[in-house]
Amino acid sequence: MKRKMAVLLTGAMVMATLAGCGGGEAAPAAETAAPAAAEEAPAAEEEAPAAEEEAPAAEEEAPAEEAEAPAASGELITVGIINNDPSESGYRTANDADLKAAFTEENGYSASFAYGNPAVGNANEDQVKAAQQFIQDGVDYLLLSAADTAGWDTVLQDAQAAGVEVILFDRTIDADESLYAASIVSDMDKEGQTAVDWLAGQGLETYNIIHLQGQMGSAAQQGRTKALDEKVAAEANWNMVEQQTASWNAENAQQIVQSVISSGKEFNVIYAENDDMAKGAVAALDAANISHGVGKDVIVMGFDCNKWALEELLAGNWNYDGQCNPFQSSYIDEVIKTLESGGTPAEKVIIMEEKGFDAETITQEDVDTYGI
Amino acid sequence: MANNENAKTSSASSLKNLVRNQCFIPVAALLLLAVFNLIADPAFFRITLGYNSAGNPVLSGFIIDIINNGSELAILAIGMTLVTAASGGQDISVGAAIAIAGSVILRVLCGGNARPETLQAPIIVAFLVACVVAMLFGAFNGVLVAYFKIQPMIATLILYTAGRSIAAWINNNELPVISDPKFAYFGGFIPGIPIPTPCFIAIACMIVIGIVLKVTNLRLYTQAVGINQSSSKLNGLNPELIKVMTFVILGLCVAVAGLIKVSRVSSINYSVIAKDIEMDAILAVALGGNALSGGKFNMAASIIGAFVIQCLTTTLYKFGVSSTALPAYKAVVVILLVVVSAPTVREYFDKITKKMKLSKEVA
Repeated sequence: MKRKMAVLLTGAMVMATLAGCGGGEAAPAAETAAPAAAEEAPAAEEEAPAAEEEAPAAEEEAPAEEAEAPAASGELITVGIINNDPSESGYRTANDADLKAAFTEENGYSASFAYGNPAVGNANEDQVKAAQQFIQDGVDYLLLSAADTAGWDTVLQDAQAAGVEVILFDRTIDADESLYAASIVSDMDKEGQTAVDWLAGQGLETYNIIHLQGQMGSAAQQGRTKALDEKVAAEANWNMVEQQTASWNAENAQQIVQSVISSGKEFNVIYAENDDMAKGAVAALDAANISHGVGKDVIVMGFDCNKWALEELLAGNWNYDGQCNPFQSSYIDEVIKTLESGGTPAEKVIIMEEKGFDAETITQEDVDTYGI
Repeated sequence: MANNENAKTSSASSLKNLVRNQCFIPVAALLLLAVFNLIADPAFFRITLGYNSAGNPVLSGFIIDIINNGSELAILAIGMTLVTAASGGQDISVGAAIAIAGSVILRVLCGGNARPETLQAPIIVAFLVACVVAMLFGAFNGVLVAYFKIQPMIATLILYTAGRSIAAWINNNELPVISDPKFAYFGGFIPGIPIPTPCFIAIACMIVIGIVLKVTNLRLYTQAVGINQSSSKLNGLNPELIKVMTFVILGLCVAVAGLIKVSRVSSINYSVIAKDIEMDAILAVALGGNALSGGKFNMAASIIGAFVIQCLTTTLYKFGVSSTALPAYKAVVVILLVVVSAPTVREYFDKITKKMKLSKEVA
């Protein structure tokens, strides 16, 4: 009996240790797979189904076939675009749609698309295979948003040897700068800084902030948290009432804010690192009859510029929304035009302009243009 | 546990009965959390009647938060208990299935337009369609488990990986937002009623399953199949059909939970909705002292187990436990509870009480 107990307890202790580590390390582990510049949730949950594989695959084939005929005429610029699964987040959906809309025959391009899909194998490996195929097909440009930062050296060297120009978008990779022509990314630190500067400009007497963080360890969370943390540490009248991760999840955010309200703590700012969490927080505020928005008791801040979120801004229910720009196509287009005319892009790493919208100045036009 | 000092001669047997009762562990855990909160901050139990921004009366407080937010978990625990009892395994796809059910509801309500001005269909129709879809997916899992004899955890792994993308595909990757305030009633408050609607939905589910277990042979059949499949077959039952049925019932629970989830925020995020809820649901069953290998089950204990988990989550939120450490705290508490409820540990305590009884008699 005693032996059994001992075994059981040891087992429990081992489990406790594992669980302990799991809690701490889960985030960094997810981080490697998490995007460099997008604001997606961790890779594990974004797996797309085998069943759905057909859909992107079919889409992918259709443009590829179209591509052959015009390419033969030699007028269009052929581009091979390697992206991540569009169903992974609203950001990615908008990103994919933007690229599809920009690289059309009317605009002088013949584009083929390929997607890395974590559910049907190794996303990065699939992307590498797709890249090799595109290089063999002899595309002029290879546009790449890599699932993983590592493992791209050989392919990029092949591309260089074959005379294919590589342009990275959205995510950077661990490869020598000489291997690609340009890299177009978001600066998450700047996004956070823009938001915090805006908040500081509101001139409140004291800032009592509920900070709802995204998936811990993701690039978007780190960048958006950093600026606020620094400001709170530096200013005496900035207080963190609650700092908690809601993992990009509206319901978790709702629970966290409910809990703060129930414990009777005073707060006047909700700083949510994405729109979903801001929405959850607002649901909790509404239930407790706490007014929020322009000129009200609580300032609500979100990120990502979902269309519905910008509409909330327009209605004055929220105060601020920071952009995470998924519209890279115009930047890519510009780089390609420069390269085509024989020049080189002024900068290797191009950081996209990202706005922050204020409820007091936002217009319907902004909602239509920037909403994703 | 706390009553050890009463464990003397006459009361010993009744105590033993109490400890033996399957509801003992979850109820004790709930009390333990309650006492902890009472000591740490009595305000935990304060319930206040206020008004929400629409001017309707609402109750608020941590206790309300717990029964409100625990509703979905309690509903899922019902289905999970049946699946566990009949198949001796667990369905790990409920989170993904909730994403599918929620997506179906929004798809029917929006009719393909991501931001409809008005609802394109009555909510009840959307819900019924979601029920059918969720039950079909449940049946899919059930058929894999019952007829193809695949381990439940492996069989449901398929939907676990595929489900969220299927959910995204149902709505063409769009994130619909419902602006009709009526839709928010299911996850919020009905005007004039200060108690959150999810509580009523959860209670309704409990009453339904209570009646079903009372008046039908569901309990007997699932337990018989779970305890010994071949002997139940010899006694004229159809074990395969009963297993599939438990998965279908879980599917129904999933649809109800999905309705509450999407109604809470009037929208959906495929990758995070009901994330990891399957683990909490399985935990609720385990906390209820039900053998995860199937057989006999106690529905009430599972449901109380679900509220223990929600109570723990709310407590941790209340004390602002560092966000990254939250799962670790949860794990430690869970390990303690599971170890205490393990049969070997119980036997050990039985032995001790027997010894005490003996020494008393000798004296």
